[in-house]
Formats: sequence, structure tokens, C-alpha cells
Amino acid sequence: MSQTTAGVPETTTPTQVPGGLRTGGRLPRWTSWAVFAGALAAVALLDLAVALNTALYVLFTAVLGTVALFGLSRAAEGRRTALDRLVTCVVASAFGLAMVPLVSLIYEVVSRGIARLDGEFFTFSLVGVVGEGGGAYHAIFGTLIITGLTALISVPIGLLTAIYLVEYGAGRLKRAITFLVDVMTGIPSIVAGLFAYALFSIFFGPGVRLGIAGSVALSVLMVPVVVRSAEEVLKLVPNELREAAYALGVPKWRTIVKVVLPTAVGGLGTGITLAVARVVGETAPLLVTVGITNATNLNPFDGRMATLPVYAFYQLTQPGVPPEFAIDRAWTAALLLIVLVMVLNVVARLISRLFAPTTGR
Amino acid sequence: MAKRIDISDLDIFYGDFRAVADVTVSIEPRSVTALIGPSGCGKSTFLRSINRMHEVLPGARVEGKVVMDGQDLYGADVDPVDVRRQIGMVFQRPNPFPTMSIYDNVAAGIRLNARRMAKTDLDGLVERSLQAANLWREVRDRLNRPASGLSGGQQQRLCIARAIAVEPDVLLMDEPASALDPISTLAIEDLMTELKERFTIVIVTHNMQQAARVSEQTGFFNLSSAGQPGRLVEFDSTEKIFSNPEQKATEDYISGRFG
Ligand SMILES: Nc1ncnc2c1ncn2[C@@H]1O[C@H](COP(=O)(O)OP(=O)(O)O)[C@@H](O)[C@H]1O
Ligand SMILES: [Mg+2]
Repeated sequence: MSQTTAGVPETTTPTQVPGGLRTGGRLPRWTSWAVFAGALAAVALLDLAVALNTALYVLFTAVLGTVALFGLSRAAEGRRTALDRLVTCVVASAFGLAMVPLVSLIYEVVSRGIARLDGEFFTFSLVGVVGEGGGAYHAIFGTLIITGLTALISVPIGLLTAIYLVEYGAGRLKRAITFLVDVMTGIPSIVAGLFAYALFSIFFGPGVRLGIAGSVALSVLMVPVVVRSAEEVLKLVPNELREAAYALGVPKWRTIVKVVLPTAVGGLGTGITLAVARVVGETAPLLVTVGITNATNLNPFDGRMATLPVYAFYQLTQPGVPPEFAIDRAWTAALLLIVLVMVLNVVARLISRLFAPTTGR
Repeated sequence: MAKRIDISDLDIFYGDFRAVADVTVSIEPRSVTALIGPSGCGKSTFLRSINRMHEVLPGARVEGKVVMDGQDLYGADVDPVDVRRQIGMVFQRPNPFPTMSIYDNVAAGIRLNARRMAKTDLDGLVERSLQAANLWREVRDRLNRPASGLSGGQQQRLCIARAIAVEPDVLLMDEPASALDPISTLAIEDLMTELKERFTIVIVTHNMQQAARVSEQTGFFNLSSAGQPGRLVEFDSTEKIFSNPEQKATEDYISGRFG
């Protein structure tokens, strides 16, 4: 319901401009607000007659307001402006609709998770905790360690693959790799988990649970994302810069390291950060490869570890008696995950702004 | 040190497409050689094959000989990277490295090749190159600012400074002034007259007056019809080409009757 007629003189009748251009009249700027306020009042009256729920309340207001505004505008401003207003209403409604699940999700998680967002949650594990208290210290560090290891594995592999595809690859091999990366992008996360589990049970026997196995599983998910984003960014580096370096007698590999990568560093950093954000909340692969523990284990090469998503899963599905304390902890873990993803997104934005090309003019 | 280049029976291909055919020509040291001709007749392609930049495109290849002071540049044991160190290139669109400062752009040929050089020597080289490119006075107090903040004409002179900082023997320029205003164009033309004391210069241009003003030798490329390879129709002293060319096509082109 934004204003589409800003800055236009307010008149209510069609006018004839001296040059001969016909312009429709313009409704005052507050018209759309007034119309929707009127629609709201009308629906409130209807509410008195038949009790409406919130969803119907909003729906009726939107439809009534849109129709009224369209009719009014059609009569006063002409067809084109009326259509413009109609489309504006539809777009705004669609936007509002899209925001509903997002806002309600954030509201839900924050309101339920805030209760246990205390010092104890960050400093204690679940050792010896029955019922109240306890924390996710072990799960927070587990998530950081396993995600860090995942990035350590995925970034070199993904970056080098992207460099190969953009700078060296040609013909069949390039097409085959591109196809495989595409396929990998769509792999269900549980399949990645089962793959890593099967791989590690070859060496450590069935029932193996290791932090590093989780990192391998997450890498299967992260590598294609890194490849894709790095590939797009490297393609954006103008060919002229490569040619400028070649013409100075710089070998190809040095051109890539010293010219192409520095030019693309902002985009690469952003892509990698978003790829980390993509895997940090994965649950299924960690469930089968890393498992869960109540004690703190910070060694990814030795036995089970706790991670925030799996922690939340078990607190919710096996809360014990009484259940409410564990369920509170699950929500707080979920809240932390959302905060983590949000921080990563902010970092990605900062990176891309920090390394944006400067003109210095 | 300027060097002489002898090209014989050169055919240049993009995949199966022969873009340039049968070029035989000698380029004199310490002089400016201009290449003129209508668009698409292969001037850029020919220029890029002199310093082996042509082959960086997939499928692009060359047949024939390019000999610089007795050495075949396309010999089996010759590294194209070495060829490009000896034959520098300036492109149509100014292409300074956007992530580097003005200073670093000029020093790029040294730095990117990891050649060791004392800071004072490098400072001297940067200053000399910028002076040779007629840019020193304009940028001396902002050497550490990004190169992308310069005007188009300044950027192009920066690219020339960058190319001569590696002290090549030959300088190739592909329409170096076509994206520039008349003042910057004049600055670049003056520059070429100075640079030819030290370098062999080959320049592609669409501007007849420019070719007449700056060059000693002129070559006219032409295309008999679309899809056919471009050929070097006539090569002679600039004076002769512009006053009394042998070929009818050259005369037509120069007098503006086609192309
Ligand atoms: N990268 C390329 N791939 C395939 N063909 C090309 C490429 N670049 C140029 N050509 C072809 O080679 C011919 C000569 O082009 P070019 O050397 O750019 O001409 P000029 O510089 O004289 O305008 C043209 O027919 C052009 O279509
Ligand atoms: Mg060209």
C-alpha cells in the first residue's frame, strides 16, 4: 500500500496539460490509507455480526480495501493509475503473506528460547543434570568445532574445484564435473550422513561415532555449495585483467593467485560464509555420524560429541520427567542456532562491503 | 633495446576458422608501424599473435613464422611467458588492476613475477616508467590511491607505464586511444613519438590521421568478403601509403570510399 503518486500535485479532476498530454486526476496521498482504514472499520462491523478469526479479519480487510481503492481510483484517476494501485495492493499483500511464517517463527523461537538464555546455559553441560538447570556448553563447542573442521575440508576442495572449472577446465571433464556438482547440490542430507557413516565404519567398525565423521558428512553437503558460489564469482572477474597479467609475462598460476583471487576475494568470502551458514544447522547427518553425549568432548577424533541441532532434537524427543526443562533447553538451542546463522549472514555482508571495489575518486 | 620482427607466411586460426592468412612482413626497430583496415579484418588477431597472446583463447592457433632478432618465437622450446616479457601489450580498453594502487600497478610486472628488487630501485623504476608515460606529474602525490580512481586517459597511460616498466623490446598497442577523448589521444600520440626511441612499436588504429601522424610504416589489412580470412593487402612507408598507394583497395579505404 505504498504511495505511487508521490510528489504529484493534488487535484481531483482530470486536467488538460497545455502541451496536449492528457493526465488523470490524482487522489490525495493519504487516500490508500484512508480506504484501508475504512475497510478495517467495515470488517469490524461485520465482526460484531459474525465472529471472525484473525486470518479472516485480515483477509477481508485486504480484499475489501483493494477492491474499494481500485474502484475509487478507476473513477477518479483513470484506468492506468487504477491498475497501478491494484498491482501495488496485490504485491504488498503477497509480501505480507510471505512475512507471516517468518515473523511468527522468530517470535515463537525467541519467546520460548529466551527463558533459558542464561549464563548457566553457556557454561554447563548436561552431566548429572536431571530436570532443571544444565546447559549446552558441550553442544555449542561441538557445533563450532565440527563446523570449523567442515570448512577446513570444504573450502580448499571447493575453491580448487571452482578454479579448475573456471580457469583450466575444458570439454568433457569440465562438463562431467559440473554435472556431478549439480547432482551433489541436491543430495538429501541424510544420504550424506549415511555415506560418511558407511565410510568410517569400514575403518572403525559398525556403530562408529566420531566428530570428524560428522565433518566429512557436512563437507559432502558444503563442497558443492562452495564450488557453485566460487565459480560464479570467479566468472565475474573480467578476462581483461587476466590478459593484462599475461601480457606482462606473468604465468597463468601466478595470474590466478595474484590477480584473479584478490579481485574476487570479497565474493569468495561471502559465498564461503553463506555455505557455512547452510550446514551449521544440519541435523540428520550428525545424528547418524556424531550422535550425542551429555558430557563435554572437544576431541573430534575420539567418540561421540554433542552439537546444537542434535542436542535440540534429543531434548525435545527424550525430555525425561518432568519434560518442561528439557523442552526449554531445546528452544534455547534453536534460538542459538538462528542467532549463529544470522551472525554468519551479517559477516557475509560485512565481507562483501569491506572488499567492494573502491574507486577512490 | 628495440628489436626487429620478421613475420613470414603467418596463418592465424580460431578453431577451424582461418581469421588471417599469408602475412609476410618485417617490422623495423625504433619505429612506429601502424596497422589500419576495416573492422573484423584481423588486425587485433594479428597483433595478438606477435606476442603469443592469441593462443590463450581455447582452440586458437597459429601457423607460420614470427622471428625476433633471429629467434623463432613459435619455436618448440620457446616459453610463451618469456615472449610476453619481451613484447609488451596495451589494450583497447584501459585495464589497470582494480585491487592495486597506482604504484602497485606500475610495479605489477616485477611484483607479480616475484622478481626481487630493492625498494629504492623499484621506486626509481616506477617513477621513470610514469615519467615515460607522461603521467608522473599528475599522480606523484597519490601513488598509493587505487588506480580505478584515475580518468580513462590517465588509466590508459598507466597501462602504458605498466607495460614499459618490465622493459620489453617491443610494444604492441591495439587501438590504444579509441576509447579516449581528443586531449588524451594527443597525449598518447606524443608519447608514442617519444617511446619509439627505445621500443619497436606496432599500433592498430582506426584513425587515419593518427596513423599518418605517428607512424613510419603502415600496413593495410582487408577482407575480400565475410567469412574469408583477412590479408595484409599492402605494406609500405606511411608516406607512400597515404600519398600514392599501389592497391586500389588501399586508396579507396584511405580516401573513405569504404570501410
Ligand atoms: N575470440 C574469437 N573467437 C572466434 N573468432 C574470433 C575471435 N576474435 C575475433 N574473431 C574473428 O576473427 C576475425 C578478426 O577479428 P579481429 O582480429 O578482432 O578484427 P579487427 O581487430 O581487425 O577488428 C573476425 O572475423 C572475428 O569474428
Ligand atoms: Mg580489433
